[in-house]
Amino acid sequence: MIKPPDASFDQIKHLVSERALSGETMLLNMGPQHPSTHGVLRLLLELDGEIIINCIPDIGFLHTGIEKNMEAKTYQKAEVMTDRLDYMYTMGNNLVYCLAVEKLTGLDVPERAEYIRVILTELSRLQSHLLWIGTSAMDLAAMSVFLYAMREREMVLDVFELVSGQRMMTTYIRPGGLWRDVPVEFEAATRNILKELPGRIKQYESLLTRNPLFRDRTRGIGIISADNCIRYGVTGPTIRGSGLAYDLRKARPYSAYSCFDFDIPTQKEGDIYARYLVRVEEMRQSLRIIEQALNDLPKGAVRSDNRKFVPPPRSELGVSMEALIHHFKLWTEGFNAPNGSVYVAVESPRGEMGVFLEGDGGPKPYRVHYRTPSFVNLQALPLMARGHFVADLVGIIGSIDIVLGDTDR
Amino acid sequence: MSKISNSIISQMITRFGASSAEFRDETTLIIQPDQIVEGCRYLRDIAGFNMLLDATAVDYCPATTPRFHLIYHFYSTKKNVIIALRIPLNGNEPEVQTIESVYPNANWYEREIWDLMGIHFEGHSDLRRIVLPVDWVGHPLRKDYPLGYEEVQYTFNFDDVNKRKRYPKD
Repeated sequence: MIKPPDASFDQIKHLVSERALSGETMLLNMGPQHPSTHGVLRLLLELDGEIIINCIPDIGFLHTGIEKNMEAKTYQKAEVMTDRLDYMYTMGNNLVYCLAVEKLTGLDVPERAEYIRVILTELSRLQSHLLWIGTSAMDLAAMSVFLYAMREREMVLDVFELVSGQRMMTTYIRPGGLWRDVPVEFEAATRNILKELPGRIKQYESLLTRNPLFRDRTRGIGIISADNCIRYGVTGPTIRGSGLAYDLRKARPYSAYSCFDFDIPTQKEGDIYARYLVRVEEMRQSLRIIEQALNDLPKGAVRSDNRKFVPPPRSELGVSMEALIHHFKLWTEGFNAPNGSVYVAVESPRGEMGVFLEGDGGPKPYRVHYRTPSFVNLQALPLMARGHFVADLVGIIGSIDIVLGDTDR
Repeated sequence: MSKISNSIISQMITRFGASSAEFRDETTLIIQPDQIVEGCRYLRDIAGFNMLLDATAVDYCPATTPRFHLIYHFYSTKKNVIIALRIPLNGNEPEVQTIESVYPNANWYEREIWDLMGIHFEGHSDLRRIVLPVDWVGHPLRKDYPLGYEEVQYTFNFDDVNKRKRYPKD
């Protein structure tokens, strides 16, 4: 028997079966440099031939200590770190952090900002699902979807670049509103996405949904029941693929989500194919939300005018002494948040992304904790993988759509 | 989102000696560490909080009684409410019972808390470090753990700093 290449084998002895110790089953190391683990995930597999008996995820290769770093920065500066968590849902990371800061400080947000936040987070979900459909289809040997999906994803990233100047690390949503109003080209660019994408989604579906090879690789594989989803805290498309319509946009609406009309797609089977169908339908629902939000987009300010928390506009600095003082105080000292803790969550493309924020009355967060969906969902991977072939494991990892930046923080 | 019924809170107070607090419409129950497993079992089986959403800890260093707060968030899928549970822990090397037997997904959360905060969970099935390397020393999210930086090397002190610098030497 080959021992795994670290000194800690004695520590993980209790996680594998007795047969592994006698050499009857094989321990195989998968990752962390394996392309189909979508990043740096290491899995220690116990195999009986090709069948997985045990699967022990080993995470932490991308741990960057973001929570510790945020404690050393003011509330505004700490936000920049949140982009780096789930790098496929940057707008949502900003949003959940800002919602927590706003709840802690009791800050109000103008309606226009709420609508733009919804549009941008839904675009974020769209691009995350586009990357997901491409990569997980590629894992199952359907190459062409990836090329198409990346082409469409570029359209969304162009919108992000338009509004924030950055394609991925946007930091566009700020406590109290947005960094600035969207440029005039924004509406046309978003409408273009709304026009193009329904046809393109149909195209992906014609490549995958009835494709017998894809169906053979996905149906009946990686099944998790709704009960187990609840026991393991699994959320997002995985729990909806198992038949439970748990979506935070409906269950605990945040921002302006209660103003829009959309459905929560669910499937009963709980296998990879069910999660695939849920995500494809979610893309359509996202388009629906974006269209409604664009149609009713209110006019007005995009930042709260509470100058104790939100810096004044540039134009006021030259003419108003108070504005200058506020600007100086906010960017040197920051604002003070009260002593207390809040928990706020949003629906990320992977599940419930929550942030626990505790203030101590000073300008820096005392403790920030991210409840990241990938971390929680990955814990249920052994449950889904047991008894399947190694080749199917690749599809199962793809179907829960982990982002390792999200897992390791 | 609906409110937590008062009977659950009053039951928690009478049965487990909890005290409750409200902040920004969030209900937090504070219970003592020796009641945690029973308290969680009550919340899951009778009060209907069937999902453990989140578990984390806060370090109140230099205070030692309590130094840590352990914070669990539970969610009820039927009633659509969240409740937070805070457990104050005294001392620098606290120990507390694991709730893995009640909520199986506490496994990774508690490993993370052990890894980053150094709170030991008694009876945990697999208490290893989860995000840091196995040979890491210390628990970084504690307030007395330095943030760390790299010392700047100038020509006049290059060799001195080099001696202290942490990188693999042969």
